[in-house]
Amino acid sequence: MKTRLSNIYDWIDERVHLGGLVEYMGKKYVPVNRHSVWYYFGGVSLFLFIIQVVTGIMLLLYYKSGEEFAFESIHFIMSKVQFGWLIRSIHSWAANLFVLAAMIHMFSVYFGKAYRKPREMTWVTGMLMFFLALGFGFSGYLLPWNELAFFATKVGTDIAGVVPFVGKSILIFLRGGEDVTGATLSRFFGFHVAVLPGMFTVLLGIHLLLVQRQGMSEPLHGADESGTEKKTMPFFPNFLLRDLLLWLIVLNVLAILAVFFPWELGVKADPFAPAPAGIKPEWYFMFMFQTLKYIPGKILFMDGEVLGILVFGLAGLLWTLVPFWDRKSSRGERNRFVDYVGLFVVLYILALTIVGWIV
Amino acid sequence: MASDVEESGQQENRRDFLKYVLSGGLIAWLGAVLYPIAAYLKPPKQAEVEVNTVKAGKVSAIEKDSGTIVKFGNKPVILIRTAAGDFRAYAAICTHLDCTVQYRKDMGLIWCACHNGRYDLNGRNVAGPPPRPLDEYRVVIQGEDVFISKKA
Repeated sequence: MKTRLSNIYDWIDERVHLGGLVEYMGKKYVPVNRHSVWYYFGGVSLFLFIIQVVTGIMLLLYYKSGEEFAFESIHFIMSKVQFGWLIRSIHSWAANLFVLAAMIHMFSVYFGKAYRKPREMTWVTGMLMFFLALGFGFSGYLLPWNELAFFATKVGTDIAGVVPFVGKSILIFLRGGEDVTGATLSRFFGFHVAVLPGMFTVLLGIHLLLVQRQGMSEPLHGADESGTEKKTMPFFPNFLLRDLLLWLIVLNVLAILAVFFPWELGVKADPFAPAPAGIKPEWYFMFMFQTLKYIPGKILFMDGEVLGILVFGLAGLLWTLVPFWDRKSSRGERNRFVDYVGLFVVLYILALTIVGWIV
Repeated sequence: MASDVEESGQQENRRDFLKYVLSGGLIAWLGAVLYPIAAYLKPPKQAEVEVNTVKAGKVSAIEKDSGTIVKFGNKPVILIRTAAGDFRAYAAICTHLDCTVQYRKDMGLIWCACHNGRYDLNGRNVAGPPPRPLDEYRVVIQGEDVFISKKA
């Protein structure tokens, strides 16, 4: 057995020179410090993404797009297909945990200033993937064609529509017409299963390549705890095994959530029914949704909603570009301002999310 | 000597000429590829049935102090009957972010569940984020029948 495996290895090695690659992987070391725990969230996000790909493909075997079929086909998956309820529930739960893990990963990188030179591109690809993840969430939410999804999509696409100048074209492009109809469902389905995964995979490849190439960032002020030599751990196999153990734990948590808190299907969308009371978006859109509730109809000469959306858009852009305006961290100096901005963002999101759930 | 300069000038001209022809050709080619793609992404206008009037029901069948959504072509319209018995109709689409509004008996208002927008029974935005009043429709009563029609 041993010789057969090594024969196969030799056969491939002879042709593509695997040895170099294995040696290259083996040379990666992960810094060990009191912030090491945050290094795991990127891996957890990756694991959840893999789960989404696998369960997503499984759902594709039975899902039917279209106004007359979408809701019914998910009902079919949940009631008739063996373990269909489980796969669908895992897909929905993993989507939420994925956004959560990516968010934790993002904030830990932000506060650790790990985006500083030379890792600007790693940060930017990560942020683009985060926006794509929100796009995954938003487009996937519509696919069951239920009441909540219908109005969430109306509101979400209408928000895109108030962007000055190009908004109307974006709205028509997203909806496949003036209104949210079966045409919207077809488009969202295409985005969700083809366009977004394709883009995401390319970005993920670059992101992982950069991480592998540059190694993990160390906290700026590691010098504070200095004196002793920097501790590290080999990525392979030490860190990878820890990663795998955590993945196993995440999978268990996911299974518990999916089984004991199965995802609801709700009521089928009816374009001629009023929006139901207590309608809420997914939790990761909640802070924006809640903000839109508080902005008055008119601020000076502008529609309040336009102002709100422009402010959120600008904030997202500045956040994505942080490696380019935070020069201090790249020089190895402490930048309090970045910390305060981050703290404000975290508190704002937390506060409005909680208010959104209570009120 | 003079002919040399002339020749290199001529060469420059030829090079520029080729540059313009090739880059112009490239731009035209890109246009020919991208235009159909962009045009394809834009959904075609569907022939809509032009609706001017719909019958909403019988006067006796519509309760006082109530609101119902009526299909007006492919748009929802909310038909309100006030406590006093008057009929009013408005586009049921919230002017904030496109949700469908409903009549709230307890508030005596038209209410949008999405962002807590409120309109009075004249369709005016009185609270919350909506920036404009609801579009008004005309209600015509002919005998027992209630008709909703577009405002001219």
